[in-house]
Amino acid sequence: MTSHRHLALLALVLVGAPVRATDGAERDQVLVPAGEFAPLLRSRDEPERVPVASFWMDVRPVTNAEFLAFVRAHPEWARSRARRLFVDSQYLAHWAGDFELGPAAPPDAPVVYVSWFAARAYAASWGARLPSIAEWERAAAVGISTDNARTDPAVAEVMAGWFSRPNEGPLPAVAGGAPNRLGVHDLFGLVWEWVEDFNTALVTGESRADTGLERNLFCGAGSVGTRDNTDYPAFMRAGFRSSLRAAYCVPNLGFRCVVTP
Amino acid sequence: MTNRNLSRLVRLLALPSLLLGASALLRAEEPVQAKPDARKAEFAASLPTEQAVLTAAPHVPPPIQRDHPARVVVNLEVREVVKRLADGVDYTFWTFGGEVPGLFIRVREGDLVEFHLSNHPTSKLPHNIDLHAVTGPGGGAASSFTAPGHSSVFSFQAINPGLYVYHCATAPVPVHVAAGMYGLILVEPRGGLPAVNKEYYVMQGEFYTAGAYGETGLQTFDMPKALDERPPYVVFNGSVGSMVGDKAITANVGETVRLFVGNGGPNLISSFHVIGEIFDRVYGEGGTIANQDNVQTTLVPAGGAAMVEFRVEVPGTYILVDHSLIRAFNKGALGMLKVNGEPDAIVYSGKEVDEVYLGDQSEAGSDAARREEALRAEREEVIAANPRIAEIDTEIQMERGKRIYFSSCFACHGQDGNGIPAVFPPLAKSDYLMADKDRAIKVVIKGLTGPVTVNGTTYNNAMPPQDLNDEQVADVLTFVMNSFGNTDGVVTPADVKRVRTAN
Repeated sequence: MTSHRHLALLALVLVGAPVRATDGAERDQVLVPAGEFAPLLRSRDEPERVPVASFWMDVRPVTNAEFLAFVRAHPEWARSRARRLFVDSQYLAHWAGDFELGPAAPPDAPVVYVSWFAARAYAASWGARLPSIAEWERAAAVGISTDNARTDPAVAEVMAGWFSRPNEGPLPAVAGGAPNRLGVHDLFGLVWEWVEDFNTALVTGESRADTGLERNLFCGAGSVGTRDNTDYPAFMRAGFRSSLRAAYCVPNLGFRCVVTP
Repeated sequence: MTNRNLSRLVRLLALPSLLLGASALLRAEEPVQAKPDARKAEFAASLPTEQAVLTAAPHVPPPIQRDHPARVVVNLEVREVVKRLADGVDYTFWTFGGEVPGLFIRVREGDLVEFHLSNHPTSKLPHNIDLHAVTGPGGGAASSFTAPGHSSVFSFQAINPGLYVYHCATAPVPVHVAAGMYGLILVEPRGGLPAVNKEYYVMQGEFYTAGAYGETGLQTFDMPKALDERPPYVVFNGSVGSMVGDKAITANVGETVRLFVGNGGPNLISSFHVIGEIFDRVYGEGGTIANQDNVQTTLVPAGGAAMVEFRVEVPGTYILVDHSLIRAFNKGALGMLKVNGEPDAIVYSGKEVDEVYLGDQSEAGSDAARREEALRAEREEVIAANPRIAEIDTEIQMERGKRIYFSSCFACHGQDGNGIPAVFPPLAKSDYLMADKDRAIKVVIKGLTGPVTVNGTTYNNAMPPQDLNDEQVADVLTFVMNSFGNTDGVVTPADVKRVRTAN
């Protein structure tokens, strides 16, 4: 299912040729089969499980090198030129310059310090888009050593190890560890990732109210509580997404693209 | 860039508002600065401004001398840091101010507290703060929710005096608290607290490490242990031994000590106790009324606090514990208060007598003791009158003596007791050995150097003294005097003792 033709296309991007992806073939992607997403937090009238149609997903987060190629082709997204409406002052803060990565941003490491707007612009340049929460969580529900990430000891080990180490120095390269059983790397324990609908996550900052019944901050309906309040990684993802605004550029937040078949 | 691409970019940038409707764009464009409230601004402007002094445990900021409210600016930074949990054991703590517990905040009743919470760019997670001293939804949690590399500002008036816990309230809250995200804020009552000589900050918390207590290396958080509330570590001030040895808190005889005791939890209730002290006053649950005098152990709930005060009367080391004692002795919940000064023998004498104590046997001369003595003597007589028992005793000695022989003696005297011709004399059928029991004992315990004639042959060598106790000497001699063709020699520990004493 995996295609490796993207390098050639990357070369095309470098010479400025327009690129338009129509399916996963142009990027290094796998087809995530149709499935279901069980929201961590949901309103009373939302179903327990939401169907998710199949989609192509990048097998790893977008790297600094890939994002540099994008910025070269679209210089309006260079660090000093990007509109402040779309990126905050930390945009690509770890790069050495507008078109220079430098020691804090190894080419193979996932790109971070990118806003939701910048991530979407990158995806669109490939004819791709950001995954929805449902799609991202659908892919991440599949474990590394078993099909169920929630109970997979390998996932638990990666997550616990990640939370238990502070961020220091440049990030490691993408795809350094084992992929999950769909063939997708780095869903756990490398960076957080932007999703299209990040700000619909139902964590309000007053997280204890999120398991109560009266919360109606963003969705207009009360919550019936959480799907599984021991699913702490899912809580953390939801909490992280909730802390963001679309222009935020955060040190450990990257992204990957998906394409609708 | 081609025109086509440019137009696509324009479309792209317009997409958010089209696709996501209100929420995404509204959030992106929300003003970073909330609209100022005129009433509040006026109040803030009427107050003098000062910067809060924050301290790391066990230290406490100085008492507030003001007799009027102020606008107090608190700058607190959230950092995720690797620090020592115990010797050789590291843990990634999520902290308020780089410390566990978080920095101590001291304000006065009526103060307007302007809180700046910054989340360091290297943080993995968003964080916030819920101060129990805040009157308002979430205790400030929603207002202070801050992504990595961002700062939030909110303010509150410290309406209620007391000692309050603060903690992170970001989902999942227990994980943030279990990583060390808690501390204390004291809101002094208008008139201040009664003056004391020493104030210290002690806060308990438990840690759910994957490794057992003492397992070295960087430990990871263990979810199942947290769910079961089975922490390998329960500690004061963020690590095992944070307040022992040269890090102990101190006071001088005659001084009054106030401890601001907090419990971050996340799960356990502390039975806080200072061994050898009685709390003269306890401000239970962190309130402002000393609601009990003369308390031995006070409960400090998870997410709660207490103030305890006591005058130290005599010098020495006083141990702070969670009196749920396994936590103190096996999980780290132990600190020290070292008190210097002159002893006061009236208050506490120290050890005056150490003497032998015999329990029930001490009633010598009682009827029961005499009766017991008579029965013992009778048993000895019966045993002595039974030759079979004497034989068994000898057999027991032989078995023990054999083991000693084959570890201490056989290398020179040989497996069969024949010695080595012309070098080491034989023990087998030895006239020298069997002729004089006391001499044989003496040779074993003192050694023998120089010429000796055994069975008509002269040997001139050296045997070192044997490091054996009376019973072992008796056993080994009984063995050789009944082996290798020798018979009927019996040596008792009493014989050995007699010879040792005589020499």
